[in-house]
Amino acid sequence: MRLTKEEQEMLDGGLGDAARESMEILVALGKIYGAERMIPVTSVQVSGVSYKTIGQAGLEYLADLAEKGARTRVQTFLNPAGMDREQWKEMRIPADFAEKQIQVLDAYSRMGITKTCTCAPYFIGIRPKKGEHVAWAESSAVAFANSVLGARTNREGGPSALAAAICGVTPCYGLHLDENRVASLIVDVKCELKGVADFGALGSAVGKLVKTKYPAFRGIKSATEEQLKVLGASMAATGSVPLFFIEKITPEWNVAKDAERITIGAAELDAERKAIDSGLKPDLVTIGCPHASLKEIKEVAELVAKRKPTCEFWVCTSRKMKEEADRLGYSRAISAAGGRVVADTCMVVCPLERMGYSVTGTNSGKAAAYLPNLCKQNVAFGDLEDILYR
Amino acid sequence: MEIKARSIARGKATGQALISHAAIGFLGGVDPATGKVMEKGHPLEGKNIAGKVLVFPNGKGSTVGSYVMLQLAKNKKAPAAIINVSAEPIIAVGAIISHIPMVDKAEKDVYAILKDGQKVTVDGDKGLILIS
Repeated sequence: MRLTKEEQEMLDGGLGDAARESMEILVALGKIYGAERMIPVTSVQVSGVSYKTIGQAGLEYLADLAEKGARTRVQTFLNPAGMDREQWKEMRIPADFAEKQIQVLDAYSRMGITKTCTCAPYFIGIRPKKGEHVAWAESSAVAFANSVLGARTNREGGPSALAAAICGVTPCYGLHLDENRVASLIVDVKCELKGVADFGALGSAVGKLVKTKYPAFRGIKSATEEQLKVLGASMAATGSVPLFFIEKITPEWNVAKDAERITIGAAELDAERKAIDSGLKPDLVTIGCPHASLKEIKEVAELVAKRKPTCEFWVCTSRKMKEEADRLGYSRAISAAGGRVVADTCMVVCPLERMGYSVTGTNSGKAAAYLPNLCKQNVAFGDLEDILYR
Repeated sequence: MEIKARSIARGKATGQALISHAAIGFLGGVDPATGKVMEKGHPLEGKNIAGKVLVFPNGKGSTVGSYVMLQLAKNKKAPAAIINVSAEPIIAVGAIISHIPMVDKAEKDVYAILKDGQKVTVDGDKGLILIS
C-alpha cells in the first residue's frame, strides 16, 4: 500500500501506541482486500457497544485502548448499547449488566467518542452526501448510507471502525470504488407495498436470495425514508446486503448487463410474512428497528392515544429524538398508554432474554431475523395495528 | 528452511507447530482462560493452543473472536504465532491487538512441509517462516 507521510508516521509509532496499532489494523485490512491506498473519512460509526455482544473481552480491549491514549480524529458515534443510559432501572435491566455497560460507554467516551448510540444516525442530522466516504459499522446504517444517501462505506467491524476513527482514514477498497457499486440481481416487485411491514417482509425475502449480489429493485412506486430504512435493514440482516438500488428512487442505479432477474409478488410477500410471524400474541411490542424517526414516534403516540394497546410496548430511538419526542408531548402520550420511549438501545442488543419476555412483536424484518437467536424470543410480525392489539 | 510469506502482524516468535485443516472461531471455540479448543467436533478439540505456532486456513464465526484472542494473550494462553493460508479480518485484527506475530499466503504449501510438534519460527516483520 502507498501511505502518506502522516499515515507512515502513525504506522511507525510517531503518533503513539494507539495510533500505531490502529494503523497496523488498517494496513492489514488493506492487504487482505487489495487496497492500494487509504482514503480519508468524514464520519465513523463504531459497533461493538452493547456489553451483550462484546462481553468482558471487548470491554477489556476498549479500556486498554483508552488507557493507551487513543483519541478519535473525526466525528465518531456509536451503535446502540444494551440499555437506555438513563432509564435502565425502569426498563428492568439487570444491575450487573448495567454496571458493565456503563464501563463500555465510559471507555468510548475517554477516546473522545460522543455517547450518541444509534443505528439511524441519518434521522438526527448525520447524513453524509452522495460520494462522501465514511466508515460505518452497523449493517442497516451501512445499507442506508450507501443506498439511500449515495455515500460510500464498507461494512466495518468494531475494531476496524475504531481504527478508522483514530487514524481518520480507511483502506480504499470495495464500496469506496465506483467499479464495485454495481447490482447484479434485478428484483421485479409485482405487488403494492402498503406499510412498513411489507417493506420488512420484502427485505427479509430478498436478503435470503441475494447470496453475494447487490439487488436493484424495479416496480417500487414510492417509499418513505422509514420504509427504505426497514427494507435495507431487513436485507442486511438476512443477506448481509450493504448496497441496493431502487429505480427512480435511490441516487445511484448501476446494473450489470448480465444481471440475474427474480420476481416478488403478493404470494411471495405473504409467504414471507407467514414464515416470520409466529402468530402468537406478543408480551412486548418493540417499535424502532432501526431507531424510530420523529414521524414514527408521532404515529405511535397518535395511535395509542386513541386505543390503549393490550401489551407492554417500547419505541426505540436515539437520545436526541427522544428529547424531541419529550418536548412535543409524544413520550407522555406513549407513557399514558402503558408504553415507553427508550433511547440508546434496542430490542436486539438489550438483554431481553434475561427480562422475562418470551414473545416480542415487531414490524421490522431485521428484528424478526435476530430476536429468536440473540434474545430467545418468539416473533410476532406485522404492522403496528396488528401487533399492538393482537 | 526459510519460506517467504506475507506479513500480517509484527513480531517474531518460535514454538511447536499445531496444525489444523479446519477454520477456527475463537468466540465459543477456544477457552480464553486455558487456551483449550472447545468446539465440538473440531479437529483440535481438547488440544491447547497456548504457546504453539498455530497453523490453520482462516478464522470463522463472530468478530468478537478478535477480542477473545486478546483475552488469551492477557492470560498468557495465546498462541506464540499464527500462520494462516489466507488471512481474514477477525484473526488479523486479533493478532495485531494481541501482539501475536502472524503471516499468511506462504509461497510453499506449509501443510505439506510442517508436521505437528515441529519447531517453527514466524517472523512477522520480514514475512518469513523458518523451520529448523
